[in-house]
Amino acid sequence: MQAALSYLLHTLFPPTVLRPTELGADVLILATGVIIVTVLTRQKKWGWLWREWLTTVDHKKIGVMYLIAAIAMLFRGGVDALMMRTNLALPSVHFINAEEYNEVFTTHGTIMIFFMAMPLIFALFNAIIPLMIGARDVAFPRLNAVSFWLFAFGALLFNISFVVGGSPNAGWTAYPPLTELAFNPGPGEDYYFMSLFISGIGTTITGINFLVTILRMRAPGMTLWRMPLFAWTALCTSALILFAFPPLTVALGTSLLDRLFGASFYTLGHGGMPMMYVNLFWLFGHPEVYIVVLPAFGIFSEVVATYARKPLFGYSAMVLSVIAIMVLSYGTWVHHFFTMGAGPGVNVFFGLSTMLIAIPTGVKIFNWIFTMWGGRIRLTVAMLYQLAFIPTFVVGGATGVLLATVPVDYQLHNTYFLVAHFHNTLIGGTVFGLLSGLYYWWPKMFGYKLDERQGQWAFWLFFLGFWITFGPQYLLGLQGMTRRLWTYPFGFGWHELNFISTVGAYIMGAGFLVLVYNVLWSMQHGERDLTGDPWDGRTLEWSLPSPAPEYNFARIPVVTARDAWWAMKAEGRANQVKRVRPEEVAALELPRNTGMPFFLGLGFFIMGFGLVFRWWWIGIAGIVVVLASMLWFGFDYDDKKHVHPDVIRRTEAALGRLEA
Amino acid sequence: MSLPLERELEGMPLEFANHEESIKITGFWMFLVTDVLIFASLFALYAVYQGGMGGGPDPAEFFHLGPALFETLLLLTSSFTVGLSIWAMRRGQTRAMTAWLLVTLLLGAAFVVTEVSEFVADVAQGYTWHQSAFLSSFFALVGTHGAHVTFGILMALALLVQLSQRGLNAITARKLFTFSLYWHFLDVVWIFIFTVVYLGGKLT
Repeated sequence: MQAALSYLLHTLFPPTVLRPTELGADVLILATGVIIVTVLTRQKKWGWLWREWLTTVDHKKIGVMYLIAAIAMLFRGGVDALMMRTNLALPSVHFINAEEYNEVFTTHGTIMIFFMAMPLIFALFNAIIPLMIGARDVAFPRLNAVSFWLFAFGALLFNISFVVGGSPNAGWTAYPPLTELAFNPGPGEDYYFMSLFISGIGTTITGINFLVTILRMRAPGMTLWRMPLFAWTALCTSALILFAFPPLTVALGTSLLDRLFGASFYTLGHGGMPMMYVNLFWLFGHPEVYIVVLPAFGIFSEVVATYARKPLFGYSAMVLSVIAIMVLSYGTWVHHFFTMGAGPGVNVFFGLSTMLIAIPTGVKIFNWIFTMWGGRIRLTVAMLYQLAFIPTFVVGGATGVLLATVPVDYQLHNTYFLVAHFHNTLIGGTVFGLLSGLYYWWPKMFGYKLDERQGQWAFWLFFLGFWITFGPQYLLGLQGMTRRLWTYPFGFGWHELNFISTVGAYIMGAGFLVLVYNVLWSMQHGERDLTGDPWDGRTLEWSLPSPAPEYNFARIPVVTARDAWWAMKAEGRANQVKRVRPEEVAALELPRNTGMPFFLGLGFFIMGFGLVFRWWWIGIAGIVVVLASMLWFGFDYDDKKHVHPDVIRRTEAALGRLEA
Repeated sequence: MSLPLERELEGMPLEFANHEESIKITGFWMFLVTDVLIFASLFALYAVYQGGMGGGPDPAEFFHLGPALFETLLLLTSSFTVGLSIWAMRRGQTRAMTAWLLVTLLLGAAFVVTEVSEFVADVAQGYTWHQSAFLSSFFALVGTHGAHVTFGILMALALLVQLSQRGLNAITARKLFTFSLYWHFLDVVWIFIFTVVYLGGKLT
């Protein structure tokens, strides 16, 4: 008994993990957990939580759950970033040691991409896409919940590594031989591969789901050429996911086989090639860049048209450029490792294909500007992010073209120039886009607006903080400061710029706090949206009440033009569309809530946890739970609930939308 | 008002007759796209590692064409019989449909048994995937295919239970149809494995 206990303690909390920061985190997590459990039990909310949220298959609620998880992960990733910046603020600051620094930059990158950007995108897809195309739900509501729970349990598995066993420490790309078992024996990298494997399956399912939703569930009359740009980018993003995630799955799976079962894919001894992993990873990784930025392009296209009160300039050019970006993004992956030694011919091909992407992207930038041209612009917070995005993203894109020039890349790769470049595109593009989308669609999701004045504070802190952080990093890169450097001595001339950069990071952190305050304050005091159309919007989601009822549309609208809702309003049919006559309401079949997706995710989590620690019986138990959940899924024919027309009539009447 | 799509679906076979079920077939095709890419990535690994023998055997001495040919015959035949099962389903002959599905599963099970016994013999000879990148990629590619076949058999067994409980309706018809898509897909992948891995390996 004593021996078993000490084995457990030693494995789960090895001496390397018992450092003050980790212990602090342990205590904090435990305390938060206790508080949550106590509050839920005191208020008798467990049943409510299970019935209304954990078992839900409603795309709008799943969207909210994605949003909450993404904001929590943004916090965690942001704390990682601040720890790194604190260490680099001045020469020889040893706030965290080299080993901890490795772990922190690894989890920062992994969390920000896989557990912050992706779920935030899926939050908006879930919340908006079905409303925008006039559908009652996504194509596969239960699989949608499966996607969420695979993501959530994957994220949980990744995050507990920090306190149980040790974090991954080989960078967010996890290249071998850094991840080879012989050189990296702890459970950290197993956590990395296992959690991304699990959440990656969920992401693939989301891709399939939204692709089919958009292809097959659009309202009558909404042809592809009448689809809003956000729906177009969701379509292309889903297609990208479909083609990009399988190579990642194989890369992660084979790495796991190497580490867990002694295969020789990427080991140095038996004919394996680490560069093969690098190729597979970036075969996923480059399309992934566009998976996270295309939705932002879609959001900006909606936001700019709404707040400039003009139809989007060059709609077809916008659509074609999204498609062009989607196709081209598969032909650029080698630019992440020009120094592999593939030879000038290969490098030139991939350098040129990378530069080519700048052309459709440039088309989009011009079209957004021309949309604003001559429009009556309202400077809301969402629009401010749009205005900040254009110059920020242009700089990110231009430095990208610079890095695509092979000889320049040989000089600049692995320096802070690169770090500044991709933050310019990922924050300037993706994060600004998602924040813009959140301010824009918040009333649709929750029924109230976020306070504009507080939002402007958050915006300016975030925007200025961004440039103060990453502007100096270009110069640091040119001065030769390499990335993933945990500390540096005096005398390199790097300390002034590093200090400025750290100040900027804290300003961004303050911006995040204001954002959170903005949300919490607006929950209580924000302006309620009773019209359903607070911004005088152009697309179908604004024809619905805020938030939309469970069934979305009491009567599916018929679309006759691009910017469907704007056209309905222009033709004076707005009230006709909004209000239904009692006899028009038909009985509906809606998907029934189910606990299956939760247990499926839990099974994967148990399996992952068992395999990470090589406790095979726990791993097998997890697989049994997974298979049992799938059987349950297959044998459950009672997956629909019938909604009586009277229920819908009552709901619509309460919303003031039922004709007497 | 009925959706235009639903009107188009009138007169279609049973598995497409219900709008919602027909959407699931579209979804299944999309799933197959991702599976094609899984196998494409594994083929890429295999193609690169074909020469990565380490200290292990080379392809020519490692492969036995006899069992591989036998497996090919089993799987190709089963692809034909699952087609017969769908043909019977379309004409509402549930007994023939079930019988051909059972034949398919038996052929599939024989395929899996042959493959597993081959693998066991390899490992008994000391040819494990630890030995070389070539063997790692071989076992991963062929093993993933075998795991797919095994999973397909389990899926079809569950489906057989449902067919006996509920008979043929829009949902069970769609499930059988997607199973047949899955099965044909595995057949196509196997043809590539047989040509690229086994025949190609013997040629080197």
